[in-house]
Amino acid sequence: MIARFNPGDRVRVRADWPERGSARVHLRTPGYLRGRIGVVERMHGVFADPEKLAFGKPGFPKRTLYMVRFDQRDVWPPGAAPDGTLVADIFDHWLEPAAKERQNG
Amino acid sequence: MADGKHTARAARHHDHVHAAHSHDAHAAIESSEPLAEYRYLLEAIQELLVAKGVFNADDVRRQIELMDTRNAATGARLVARAWVDPAFKALLLKDSRAAASALGIDVADMPDVLVLENTPTRHHVVVCTLCSCYPKAILGMSPAWYKSAAYRARVVKDPRGVLKEFGTELADDVEIRVCDSTADLRYLVLPMRPAGAEGWSEERLANLVTRDSMIGVSPAASPAAS
Repeated sequence: MIARFNPGDRVRVRADWPERGSARVHLRTPGYLRGRIGVVERMHGVFADPEKLAFGKPGFPKRTLYMVRFDQRDVWPPGAAPDGTLVADIFDHWLEPAAKERQNG
Repeated sequence: MADGKHTARAARHHDHVHAAHSHDAHAAIESSEPLAEYRYLLEAIQELLVAKGVFNADDVRRQIELMDTRNAATGARLVARAWVDPAFKALLLKDSRAAASALGIDVADMPDVLVLENTPTRHHVVVCTLCSCYPKAILGMSPAWYKSAAYRARVVKDPRGVLKEFGTELADDVEIRVCDSTADLRYLVLPMRPAGAEGWSEERLANLVTRDSMIGVSPAASPAAS
């Protein structure tokens, strides 16, 4: 499988909320990071899709897993953000390329 | 329905009290009230899986026994070796599975563990906001606070405040990197080697490597205190 992103790429976590639909879902993408922009820190490898494993399926197609680094100011509202950074592991199908400009100016 | 459940729980609780009422014996450990219904569910599912032959009762017992042998001493051995052996440290940061194998640690059923090195300018703290992912194979069972909703919700948005509550105050110029263990990897923090332990043996150094320092809520223990 060819990785869609490389370390250093700016990515946005999809602002999608499948849990609000009627179907039962199992998601590994934290709600507080949906719609947030970060930078790919590293590629962890390719793993069976937990969203399918959770329902007893084999987990295909397998998904590339990335460690994505966020500036805390890009995660929390202005005034409520701590200093520092946050990393989380996000599967490929939850990421989309992001533009160059910073989120909060 | 709620009444029925309550009655069943009360009856069970009543049994426990009677069974535990010897004045000479240790007080029996009671399961906490909010978990009682999940415990019934767990036991029912376990009995069904045994009845269906998916595994047997001895498999369950052996797994519990194995889990109980695991503790933070394993992680401490990895860290102490990394403190005294730069080549081992490089391997640990690159391939923790290979590093653990080199120390004779059984990692066959361990999920991938990524080791994060604390430095004078960057401090890592680990959380799993979605559930309670934890490197059990090398740290044993996670502490109750790690699984608490309060820790999981607060450490991502106020890491300095949470660390302060653990007695850890970091200089303003130290970057705090919160590591949310959201998927297939587990995280282990490699704490900084404290000053004042120069010339110490690896075994002695391992005593400074606390569980909490490998989660990242505190630094390694001070040599002066041990």
